[in-house]
Amino acid sequence: MSSSDNSNLYRAIIMDHYQNSRNKGLVENPRGYMTVRLKNPSCGDDLTVQLKVEGTMVKEVHQLGAGCSICCASASMMAESLEGQTLEEALRRIDNFNKMVQGEAYDEDLVGEAVSLEGVSHLPQRVKCATLAWQASKRGLEKIEDERARGLADHEANEGSIEDDVSPED
Amino acid sequence: MKKHTKQDRPSSVLVAKDGRTVEEIRKDFPMTQALEHGHPLIYFNSGATSLKPVQVLDKMDRYYKEYGVNVARGVDKIGYDATKAYEDVRAQTARFIGAARPEEIIFTRNTTEALNLIAYAYGGSHIAEGDEIIVSVNEHHANYVPWQELAKRQGAKLVLVKPDKTGQVTPELLEEKMTTRTRLVALFHVSNVMGASNDLEALAEVSHRQGAVLVVDGAQGIVHHPVDVMKSDVDFYCFSGHKLLGPTGIGVLYGKADLLRAMPPWQFGGEMIDVVGDYETTFADIPARFEAGTMPIAEVLGLGEALAYVDRIGYDFIQAQIALLGQRMVEGLEALPNMEIYNASNYRNGVLAYNAKGIHPHDVAGVYDREGISIRAGHHCNQPTMRFLDVQSTLRASVNFYNTLDEVEHFIEVSKKAGDFLDVLF
Ligand SMILES: Cc1ncc(COP(=O)(O)O)c(C=O)c1O
Repeated sequence: MSSSDNSNLYRAIIMDHYQNSRNKGLVENPRGYMTVRLKNPSCGDDLTVQLKVEGTMVKEVHQLGAGCSICCASASMMAESLEGQTLEEALRRIDNFNKMVQGEAYDEDLVGEAVSLEGVSHLPQRVKCATLAWQASKRGLEKIEDERARGLADHEANEGSIEDDVSPED
Repeated sequence: MKKHTKQDRPSSVLVAKDGRTVEEIRKDFPMTQALEHGHPLIYFNSGATSLKPVQVLDKMDRYYKEYGVNVARGVDKIGYDATKAYEDVRAQTARFIGAARPEEIIFTRNTTEALNLIAYAYGGSHIAEGDEIIVSVNEHHANYVPWQELAKRQGAKLVLVKPDKTGQVTPELLEEKMTTRTRLVALFHVSNVMGASNDLEALAEVSHRQGAVLVVDGAQGIVHHPVDVMKSDVDFYCFSGHKLLGPTGIGVLYGKADLLRAMPPWQFGGEMIDVVGDYETTFADIPARFEAGTMPIAEVLGLGEALAYVDRIGYDFIQAQIALLGQRMVEGLEALPNMEIYNASNYRNGVLAYNAKGIHPHDVAGVYDREGISIRAGHHCNQPTMRFLDVQSTLRASVNFYNTLDEVEHFIEVSKKAGDFLDVLF
């Protein structure tokens, strides 16, 4: 199916996520959460995600940011897509989304509503808007994995924060 | 404001000093013929960098093809020719801005480097603990951060002056901030977001009354106004070639000779020395003292050609054409219900800072881009001004004399479609 056939549906999905953002807002007490804040200094997009992983499951994904429609809608889709998945599945979905917006082959069954952002693959200058939230979650989940590999218990591995700028080459 | 209709457009009557119309002048600028997404490119981002006329490109090309050797090094004829061409541009630049002497012109990489040079070389030797440095809150980061850092290094105090609501730093507002400890005042000539013009002569007078020097960021100013550094009596004036029809990689620092001579060098190496002993070196006089290493020679020559181009068409024409376009842009956007304009009164400098209400500027920029219109969205290297306006970011459309009223009309039409920002995805 080509994206133009679905353009009205896709528009509606994006606007819905933009205006009724899922899992929006950060938890009051960030203890026990991995907090990742990524900024794109070239355009000012600024997004924070908070993650909690228990056992194999991504239990909670919170997001809050300031940015364009693509950035904000994508963050909402990301939260909805990753929450409640296994860690492994979440990382797979992130990877799959990144492939889609970069115009590479991807698995349609894995992207869910985020397929509405497929058109970003034709807008190289907006790819970073779309991937910011997914990138933030990827950084957070990988850090949790690393901490666990070092032998930390779940609740300790979840605790931490990353703050970074995405560079023009990312 | 008077309404222009297609019939009574005065654009056709505007002619440059060399007798040419905008349509003829556009032929000098290859990028006015470019296509973007299948549409003729409408370049409304001249505040970021100007388009370049073929004369500038040809000049640089000829240097590389005919006498592309280093300057101030050989004793051969070709080396002499290159050196003469390079030094001629210094003298030409001095005349262009009304400087007394060619050696008051230092070539730099851009405005940013010129301002940093002053902050290091002048600031490092003339600003002491407890001294005060005044900057406005509408400065480009290039004329803001170097002073923040200098203040930190020297233990000086950074004092902020807030412009009036049109964005102008009036002499009265500056006066209120001056004290006996004020040593340096750094202000824009024309601001890059608000497009406000400052009265340099009055500001220099206020600065000098307390014995402070006035540093002027002329990156935007020299594009719109003839500069006369002696008449205005500013102490330093900085600008970039690339915003004034010239190439990238070349900037100009003007400083009064006695101030430059009292400054130590800030970069060391070839061509800036006098005698190099085993353990001690003495340094060349100005301007060489501040031009260490091989300079961007082709770019200097390109800058000379750019200044000659401006001389040929004249500032009267530049100002008239930009004011015409700016006025129509303001009028057109003001008629749209969803547009918020932050600097309507400064249309003469061809810069419009605005937002479509409730829509992120990057989304709107995408709408323009799709139609071949290049504008800027973001904080414009000017976060202090974003706080001044109490916004995250804005759209900025900036025009130059090579733009046309037809382009402005198309820009206004496309502005009506700001709400269709998701169209870019399909
Ligand atoms: C007012 C102002 N000052 C300084 C600069 C910096 O110029 P450059 O990047 O050429 O050093 C700019 C460029 O955007 C500007 O608009």
